[in-house]
Amino acid sequence: MSELKSWRALPLGTVPLKFSTEFKTGDWRTFKPVINQEKCVKCLLCWIYCPEMSIVWDGEKVSVNYDFCKGCGICACECPVKAISMVPER
Amino acid sequence: MAARGTQEIVMGLNGNEAVAWAVKQCNVDVVAAYPITPQTIIVEKFSEFVANGEVNTEFIPVESEHSALSACVGAAAAGARAFTATASQGLALMWEILYIAAGLRLPIVMAVVNRALSAPINIHCDHSDTMGARDSGWVQLYVEDSQEAYDTVIQAFRIAEHPDVLLPVMVNLDGFFLSHTLQDVRILPDEVVKKFVGTRDPIKIKVPYLGGREVPLVLDGETPITLGPLALPDYYFEHKMPQVEAMEKAKEVIKEVDEEYARLSGRKYGNGLTVAYGLDDAEVAVVLLGSAAGTVRYVARELRREGYKVGVLRIRAFRPFPVEDVVEKLSNVKVVCVMDRAISYGACGGPLFMEVRSAFYDSPEKPIILNYIYGLGGRDLPPAVARKIFLELLDIAETGRVKQLINYVGVRE
Ligand code: SF4
Ligand code: SF4
Repeated sequence: MSELKSWRALPLGTVPLKFSTEFKTGDWRTFKPVINQEKCVKCLLCWIYCPEMSIVWDGEKVSVNYDFCKGCGICACECPVKAISMVPER
Repeated sequence: MAARGTQEIVMGLNGNEAVAWAVKQCNVDVVAAYPITPQTIIVEKFSEFVANGEVNTEFIPVESEHSALSACVGAAAAGARAFTATASQGLALMWEILYIAAGLRLPIVMAVVNRALSAPINIHCDHSDTMGARDSGWVQLYVEDSQEAYDTVIQAFRIAEHPDVLLPVMVNLDGFFLSHTLQDVRILPDEVVKKFVGTRDPIKIKVPYLGGREVPLVLDGETPITLGPLALPDYYFEHKMPQVEAMEKAKEVIKEVDEEYARLSGRKYGNGLTVAYGLDDAEVAVVLLGSAAGTVRYVARELRREGYKVGVLRIRAFRPFPVEDVVEKLSNVKVVCVMDRAISYGACGGPLFMEVRSAFYDSPEKPIILNYIYGLGGRDLPPAVARKIFLELLDIAETGRVKQLINYVGVRE
């Protein structure tokens, strides 16, 4: 953990110290989405519905950015071919 | 006293119109308001200026006071100069956003026409609406007449936008006594006001995640920043400290702005923070806010002519509270009566009383300090009552005997 700053070192107006990408929120997850690439038809519905922008489309296939995926399961629910399964985190 | 009499025009205006005129001249980008009771004619008058094309302001009629202030928060965060007005229940509905405006350091100016809170429904003058908002982080200035309402709105933009302050400012004027009462108001020429307020120039902040680059503290697409996201127990407290510092610095800024404005208009309100009358030799004094100070000073003048040493201290800035000033001005007085136009239920006196009394805690020499709560729900404070209060104070000064610390004056037993 980085050293906590004095109030005098903070930018005015409640502007945060770090980008939100530096706060890895993936560890809030209890279930993780796992994509079965065999079943996936690349419709990108999961990419549209993910509230965390954690579905990544690289032009060829979809994958999950586990640094920020909170495991809500929306992608699994929306996938029309049931290509995503929610697996308990251990 | 450069401009006085030469360039100014005199208009018969009530307090509402005086505020609208000030806003008209201050080059305001956005006015958002909910123009339905308890709103006053301030925004109605201002919307006429908009309709007539006399201003370039974006006027946003919204669906509630909560939205009115929210729209001002959005506008101010985008760098606009924003204004709104409200009163009583309207202010109550803005509550949540009051704290957000202050926390985000947005220099919004808001005129509050002081009116009682329900129940029962009333809409006439008292200070219970803004006293409840005293801890919201807004600068609070209370005016005595419509001329001061006009002058103070103009000053308020300068105070709010000052880099040492950057806090929202409430300009408080007494409902009906000022808001709906006609008075001669001297209006400065447009160009003079325009020059005095200037344009809003957002300060620059160093943003650590942009490699310490300096960017303006506004939301724009060029240099995107985030305002007010989550700060948990490890940082929330730290974000509040600059507000404490800004409020302290605001004292000096309020004084300076009043001083500079006096050079422009010839009108000066004490030292900007407090307005003293007769306190050089007063034995007894009344401390109060707002329009009733006029009546009390009128009576004090009469009594001084009769040979009684009485004085008046009107508090113009309630937030930041001018502790040092109050102590200095009242330290030679024997008996002080603090008059509150609001009740803090269950507290050891009215809000102003608590401030004044605790200001003296560390002073070796302190006056006897009493509390008179008066004028709730628009009840008048006639000169006869003010006179009776002064005579009671003179009696206490002579005998040293206080019958009752907290008194409710003008209420039927
Ligand atoms: S589980 Fe939720 S957060 Fe994670 S990828 Fe799916 S939709 Fe996004
Ligand atoms: S919704 Fe299912 S099928 Fe569509 S892209 Fe996502 S994983 Fe593939």
